[in-house]
Amino acid sequence: MKKDNELTIYQKSVKKWGWLFLGPVMLAFAVGFLWPFLKGLYLSFCDFRLISEAKLSGFDNYVKAFSDESFMHSFLFTALFTVVSMTVINLLAFTVAYFLAKEIRGMKIFRTVFFMPNLIGGIVLGYIWSTIFDGFLSMYETSVLMESKYGFWGLIIMLCWQQVGYMMIIYIAGFKNIDPAVLEAAQIDGANGRQTLLKIMIPNMITTISICLFLALTNGFKLFDQNLALTAGLPISMNADGTSIKTTEMMALNIFNTFYGQSSFGHGVAQAKAVIFFVLVSAIGILQLKFTDRKKG
Amino acid sequence: MYVKSKKQIVFVLCMALCLTLIFTGCSSSDNKGRVYWLNYKPESDEALNKVAEIYEEKTGVKVKIVTAASGTYSQVLNSEMDKSNPPSLIVMKNMNDINMWGDCCIDLKGTPIEKELNTDSYNLYYKDGRLAAIGYCYECYGIIVNKDLVEKSGHSMDELINFEGLKTVAEDIHARASELGFDAFSASDMDASSSWRFTGHMANLEYFYEERDDGGWTECPATLKGTYMDNYRLLYDLCINNSTVKPESLATGGHDPENEFKTGKAVFFVNGSWEYESVAKDVPSAVMIPYYCGVAGEEKAGLNCGTENYWAINSLASETDRKATMDFLVWCVTDAEASRILVDTFGVMPFIHSAESRNGFLANANRYANEGCYIMDWATSYQPNVDNYRTGLVSALNEYNADRSDSNWAKVETAFIQGWAQNYKAANE
Repeated sequence: MKKDNELTIYQKSVKKWGWLFLGPVMLAFAVGFLWPFLKGLYLSFCDFRLISEAKLSGFDNYVKAFSDESFMHSFLFTALFTVVSMTVINLLAFTVAYFLAKEIRGMKIFRTVFFMPNLIGGIVLGYIWSTIFDGFLSMYETSVLMESKYGFWGLIIMLCWQQVGYMMIIYIAGFKNIDPAVLEAAQIDGANGRQTLLKIMIPNMITTISICLFLALTNGFKLFDQNLALTAGLPISMNADGTSIKTTEMMALNIFNTFYGQSSFGHGVAQAKAVIFFVLVSAIGILQLKFTDRKKG
Repeated sequence: MYVKSKKQIVFVLCMALCLTLIFTGCSSSDNKGRVYWLNYKPESDEALNKVAEIYEEKTGVKVKIVTAASGTYSQVLNSEMDKSNPPSLIVMKNMNDINMWGDCCIDLKGTPIEKELNTDSYNLYYKDGRLAAIGYCYECYGIIVNKDLVEKSGHSMDELINFEGLKTVAEDIHARASELGFDAFSASDMDASSSWRFTGHMANLEYFYEERDDGGWTECPATLKGTYMDNYRLLYDLCINNSTVKPESLATGGHDPENEFKTGKAVFFVNGSWEYESVAKDVPSAVMIPYYCGVAGEEKAGLNCGTENYWAINSLASETDRKATMDFLVWCVTDAEASRILVDTFGVMPFIHSAESRNGFLANANRYANEGCYIMDWATSYQPNVDNYRTGLVSALNEYNADRSDSNWAKVETAFIQGWAQNYKAANE
């Protein structure tokens, strides 16, 4: 630790005023994230109608959450959706970025056009795409709400359309970040396009790829508004005893429906599901980051 | 010195900003209290705000109207009830709501607003016997008919006295649709803005007749027998098979059935009395007939009358706010101007000093009742876990619309009957 008289003017001023700049952020973080998170964790062990009247009920909510068939189904559906959407989005975004990273006339317009869908909110997007899909599917006298596979691929197409542009921007930044000297050296050494891409570009972009994979993964898992607007979980698979599963319901929507769909009995269970959901998304995120870190070497 | 004072000014300004942010929104209520009405019908928001404004001008008591977006009332109620300044006036829609919130409703027995009521038929009681909520208006639903078009097609309203008559007229109009330039039923869309007409309202015919067989329900039955499912199917089939659009296209909706009726493209429109003002402007001859569905003796059927509009005063609100709310409610149903606005918005209000209703469909309901027809009450308000239950029904009806086979109807029956039992279990576990 340096003594005060050894510090530069800049360091002194940071030391003196740092709290003023950090304070509001820390306060917002505590109020907007930390406190609700801890409260949510506590509520997951409670039985409650109103938050102010919560009573501890042990692990009941977790037992109910794990034995809920619809929650398990939504987990599997979400996992499958995430794997497919992550793969497709990144492949498309990488390909588009590969071509648009080149400084050719008019490329900026293309980049803007590809990025624009990302500026539209999820609910609006869901309704727009539902009209598009149904406009097409009505020719075959069906609808996106009629079959789970339509709902699944509908969601994939919609999310790709929304996110490819966003990921593309990150990939373009990654391409631009590659040292031109390395590329030039590869060219002099006679590397062809494929070799340059596989041996030079991709290894140099592992960090970018890692970021994009992570974003696509968490975005896929957390998807809610597009799911609500496009299918709302429909169609339903109904068993003979009247129990039902919303076949295109993802985890976030399942939690929402549990909270608001089943009078006050569902509140604690929904809260427990939300905690499980958080642990799951964090674990997958961390695992994936570790994996790409290892690749980076 | 200059630098230091500048820093101090910046510091003071920052603190002032923080304090302003923290205290913005905090308001203190004066001795008069205030009224905070959490409204669930977006279509009545404008009228309620008008009434609130008049009351504020006259008495100086603040009336805050918050309207939940369509279909989100339960969520908004849930979060608002937890706030330090909760709504003082809440709307209960059915027994489900009373079971959930009844303990937060003050007992209205013997209160000034209860004394203004001219009937107790629309009151809801909590399990401990308290009068938790009072129905502040009632409505009716059935099949809205364009009388002029019925006559133009060579038929008469006298034929529409039972299912057979309705079927003959509807099928004939549908068969000659291209020649006549209009069709029988407007679209029975299954999207969220329209599906409730069939999963909530039309489904009531099954519940009502079953309830009548049981000698009346006082609470939600755990199971349904489904005795009248065939009748539900008869009427539903008639609607979707004799319509302006193909049944296969109903799943996502977007056909605007109201507009089809208003522009004379369809003769029949399944809906309720709240549509009167909007419909009568374009179709002055519009009348409402009951759900005829082939049940024996249905010539004596009347319209489906009931309400999902109950006022309850929140016991979590402060005493002054509760008192202010009570005064406001009494004023609403006794003041000529306010009562006129509210009655025109809600239909009929069952209070001694309320304005007379000008709603033509409610006049139809009264005419049926005066002729000795039985009123079909709203047994549908017992639907357990209503949103979940109806979603299951919509999904099954979507499949049925796409392929109107018996096996698909069996799925509708499962969602209707077994779905009821499962949702009852989930709501009461």
